Amino acid sequence: MKSDAFKPFLPLVGVAGLLAVWALATSLQWVDPVLLPSPVETGKALWKGMDGGALGHDFVKTVYRTAASTAIAAVIAIPLGIVLGASEKVYRSLEFVIDFFRSTPASAMFPLFLILFGVGDETKISVAAFGAILVILFNVAYGVMNARKTRLLAAKVMGASRLRVLFDVMLLESLPQTFVGLRNGVSLALVIIVVAEMFIGSQDGLGHSVFEAEQLFDMPRMYAAIFAAGVLGYGLNLLFLLIERRFVHWSGK
Amino acid sequence: MNVAPQSVRALSAGVPSPHAAGTKKRPHVTIRGLSKRFGNTVIYDNFDLDIPRGELISVFGPNGCGKSTLINIVAGLIPPDAGQILFDGMRLDQIKFGYVFQNYREALFPWLRAFDNISYPLKMMRVEPAERRARTEQLVAHLGIKLNLDLFPYQMSGGQQQLVSIMRALIVEPEILFLDEPFSALDYEMTLFMREQLQRIFMETGTTTVLVSHDLEEAVFLADRVLLLSRHPAQVADFTPVVAPRPRTDATLSDPEFVRTKAHCLDVFQREVRRA
Repeated sequence: MKSDAFKPFLPLVGVAGLLAVWALATSLQWVDPVLLPSPVETGKALWKGMDGGALGHDFVKTVYRTAASTAIAAVIAIPLGIVLGASEKVYRSLEFVIDFFRSTPASAMFPLFLILFGVGDETKISVAAFGAILVILFNVAYGVMNARKTRLLAAKVMGASRLRVLFDVMLLESLPQTFVGLRNGVSLALVIIVVAEMFIGSQDGLGHSVFEAEQLFDMPRMYAAIFAAGVLGYGLNLLFLLIERRFVHWSGK
Repeated sequence: MNVAPQSVRALSAGVPSPHAAGTKKRPHVTIRGLSKRFGNTVIYDNFDLDIPRGELISVFGPNGCGKSTLINIVAGLIPPDAGQILFDGMRLDQIKFGYVFQNYREALFPWLRAFDNISYPLKMMRVEPAERRARTEQLVAHLGIKLNLDLFPYQMSGGQQQLVSIMRALIVEPEILFLDEPFSALDYEMTLFMREQLQRIFMETGTTTVLVSHDLEEAVFLADRVLLLSRHPAQVADFTPVVAPRPRTDATLSDPEFVRTKAHCLDVFQREVRRA
């Protein structure tokens, strides 16, 4: 009983441990303080940056780009994935192409997209969307294809038409796998956006913030930006998990 | 070779059915010249069978003889290679029927509450929502089944889920009900309870019912007749009437007549298993 009460707080032990080791490492000067500022210093930089500073603006920009690319990817990939998954023959004939581009690092496409869209948000968002589309597409198609045969048969026996089976059964059956795709897709989109912000003549965004801090050797600001990116990645994943739990309540049951 | 006349004889020999003693019953389902093969395995070759109206038929036989295949073909889940199956002279698409799967977990829709699962077939028949609700409530009241139908299937026990499946099959007021090993995924306690429920439902509705079972005691306990199949290519090894009156109870299991019938079925089964 007693140990159960502490259970929700167990994850905090790791956080506290990490902070303790970090504080110890800096105060005892195990590491050059220029390379690794103390947690307090980093925290101050984070607070200053987020509270009306440049970091807050960069954070919002990265959120906007990641959200835009994921939204575009979802709008394209989910209907396409359902169509592909509904016919195994169609999927099998496109599987290699999808797998190939899914395995191609999206960052290798930057120059191509630069030529297509120029230096601007469109390039970053479209490269990230490209990466996320393939991940989401792959998962949605598999979700539809792996719909329980019994459930499809049950719907058929009850007189459901092919279209009905698609909307009443296949679509809902694929939702848990679709959310796996969305979670992976948004993580990948964030990675691509942050990398793009570092290198393609960016003026803002978390990637830009990290890169600029490194150029200026402003280490507390750099760690603050890295930490902000981590919070964003974790938050996005958590957001999709919560949405899934709310709308796909049967997932995993 | 040709067992068709034998199966017909089993019926026309006039073994009095417990329900309709003396009255001559028209067969409900007539199966003629049914053939089906999977790859090189011939499951059915020119198979004939009459299923009498308003009776509960258990199908029993050696593993892989095609028990489930038979009802799957009759219920239209698998196309036959050849043969004709008529229900009062009508095709499957002209009648209403219910089908209960062995795997209730995968047959129910986890995104719908139990109530909406049960009324789903009515939606397919384009019944208005208000009437769907009314008819579902009526069925639940009629069967006297006490279940919280606001729950999702995954919040229910296995037996409760299978009860929901059975009610979903009954909602259309089917002329015939098929059950494919409906209790084999349940524990023994639940199986006993479900047998009782199914018997009650059958006595309430009198729907022609075809039950595939892998448990001989269950097959005999529930049935008006036990259809014993041979090894594939499956033929009717015997079509044994079970005369015990309903409602059958635990006492029925030790009734001498019941025990004799069960022993006879086991004999036939053993003979068919040994026949290489």
